[in-house]
Amino acid sequence: MTNLDSSSTAEPGVAQHRARWHDRKGLVQIALLAGLLLVPIGLHLLGHVYYVNLASKVTLIAMAAVGLNLAIGYGGMVSFGHAAYFGLGGYVAGISAYHAFDATALITWPVSIPGSDNMLVIWLAAIVLCGLLALAIGAISLRTTGVYFIMITLAFAQMVYYFANSWPSYGGEDGLPIYLRNGLPGLDTNDALTFFLISFAGLVLAMAITSRLMKSRFGAALTMARLNDTRLATAGINPYPIRLAAFVISAMITGLAGALYADLNGFVSPSMLSWHFSGELMVIVILGGVGRLYGPLAGAVLFVMMETLLGGLTEYWQLFLGLLLLVVVLFAKHGVMGWLAGREHDE
Amino acid sequence: MSVTLLIEQLINGLQLGTMLFLMASGLTLVFGVMGLINLAHGSFYMVGAYATAVVSAASGSFLLGLAAGVIAAAATGALVELIVIRRLYHRPHLDQVLATFALILIFSEGTRWLFGSSPLWLNPPEWLNGFATLPGGARYPIYRLVIIGVGIAVAIALYVVISRTRLGMRIRAGESDREMIGALGVNIAKLYTLVFAMGAALAGLAGAMVGALQSVQVGMGEPVLILAFVVIVIGGIGSIKGALFGAILVGVVDTLGRVYLPALFNNFMPASEATAIGAALAAMLIYILMAVILAFKPKGLFAAHD
Repeated sequence: MTNLDSSSTAEPGVAQHRARWHDRKGLVQIALLAGLLLVPIGLHLLGHVYYVNLASKVTLIAMAAVGLNLAIGYGGMVSFGHAAYFGLGGYVAGISAYHAFDATALITWPVSIPGSDNMLVIWLAAIVLCGLLALAIGAISLRTTGVYFIMITLAFAQMVYYFANSWPSYGGEDGLPIYLRNGLPGLDTNDALTFFLISFAGLVLAMAITSRLMKSRFGAALTMARLNDTRLATAGINPYPIRLAAFVISAMITGLAGALYADLNGFVSPSMLSWHFSGELMVIVILGGVGRLYGPLAGAVLFVMMETLLGGLTEYWQLFLGLLLLVVVLFAKHGVMGWLAGREHDE
Repeated sequence: MSVTLLIEQLINGLQLGTMLFLMASGLTLVFGVMGLINLAHGSFYMVGAYATAVVSAASGSFLLGLAAGVIAAAATGALVELIVIRRLYHRPHLDQVLATFALILIFSEGTRWLFGSSPLWLNPPEWLNGFATLPGGARYPIYRLVIIGVGIAVAIALYVVISRTRLGMRIRAGESDREMIGALGVNIAKLYTLVFAMGAALAGLAGAMVGALQSVQVGMGEPVLILAFVVIVIGGIGSIKGALFGAILVGVVDTLGRVYLPALFNNFMPASEATAIGAALAAMLIYILMAVILAFKPKGLFAAHD
């Protein structure tokens, strides 16, 4: 490990292991991404709308997991409450659409803000609000470490969950339907393929941001905060703001995925905020391979495929998910990507 | 806001608190001694309730059912420790969370498979069906008072076991220095299985007793589990005293909040809004309490570990 002076942007090991398109890891990654893009387009041409929507689901769950992976995998912050940001993003889309549909004001005080059914506005609002929520939760939670951090992030997410559950204005525990899918100027978002391509662009953007971030000085500092925060502090960098910033960015990505997910389903309910979903997101990150750029994507593909295939065979499919997860955690620590593409350099 | 209502609600809070203590003591003991975070603790609560419901229904005796529930939970705990948990002691917390999350899925879906999705019925025994008169004149179900009594008895018994017996000595030694008690010839593997089974038995006891008040169904342990997490985080993970204090605090604050917050908001806003805001805030109250406590004491009130 080199010292963190101003000129070094990343440890030397990173450059040597960067994926080339023609090595094993590069091929697996390209195949995954191209598969996710081309299979739905092909199915769309064959007229299978159901599968295009399923691909959108995979894409958005993967995007939410990319956000969580930044916290868990790269930052070493085991957040058990990322459903809070996913759900908040969803509720931003739902509530804004509800007021736009009703032509009522979203807020009347101190200034009157009408609802909007423009996705760009909703995305911005979801990102900002999730960032603020994560800033508040992270500021308290990051004062603690280890098990405390896990339980506190869980508890805060439960707080948001119970709030949504008992707040009657937006459906309470029944949830809130989105009657008309929110729109994007110049595009027909009701078209399944168009919506899929929007989601896909979101996923690629999230992965590009993660990748760019981890190659920057910020990424090097975050890696060091995970591996040895005393050493980072010795280099003159306070780990706390680095972690907090990563936590906030991670929540923003997950929140944006949530806003799109609500639009995909035309529905938002407290189940998007539930701790089961937080757990499932963690499962996806681990199944795919923690701390790997393409891990969440591999995990989401595997998870949704299991849900669809096993769920079609038996209504108790989560029993088998549990067994698989147990085996992966106990015996196969590197996830699908570790198995397909070989180990990461710092493992 | 009459005194009668206040007393009644305080006792309700105490009852919730003692049940939370039964859950939280097992969790905190397992963390204190083995350094393990166990999400599947709520599953033992569920196993206890189901075994009690099934055996009570078959035998007609609630006490027999209760005994079966505690034994079933302890046996399940021991089995789970032997097969899965002991592989996790030296793993990072992330692995522990995921493996025990997997256990929740297995237990919940397995129970649904065996017993179906509809709840089982479990009634308190008839000889506990009466009411007692509280100071202030309110009538209060005896069964709930008995629950409080059992909770207090368990707390005292736990205190005696941990501070006065050889087993308790080993548990305390395990908390402060794992390698050393191993070197002194204590069979750590056996000790760990015993502590884990003990925690599971307490969770099973709580599930069986609460199951008679509410319904016995899949997923019943999860809300309690998360409340128990809040309890041990407030109390300081690893500390039994902290678990007791945190459990009573959370039980009373949660119960009183749900009753008095809507009434409080009623004083200065329209009734419908007051009920909504009051209820929403009451649901968040204990989490806010936790955040405030952690802002000042990040390791909880009675921190036992670094």
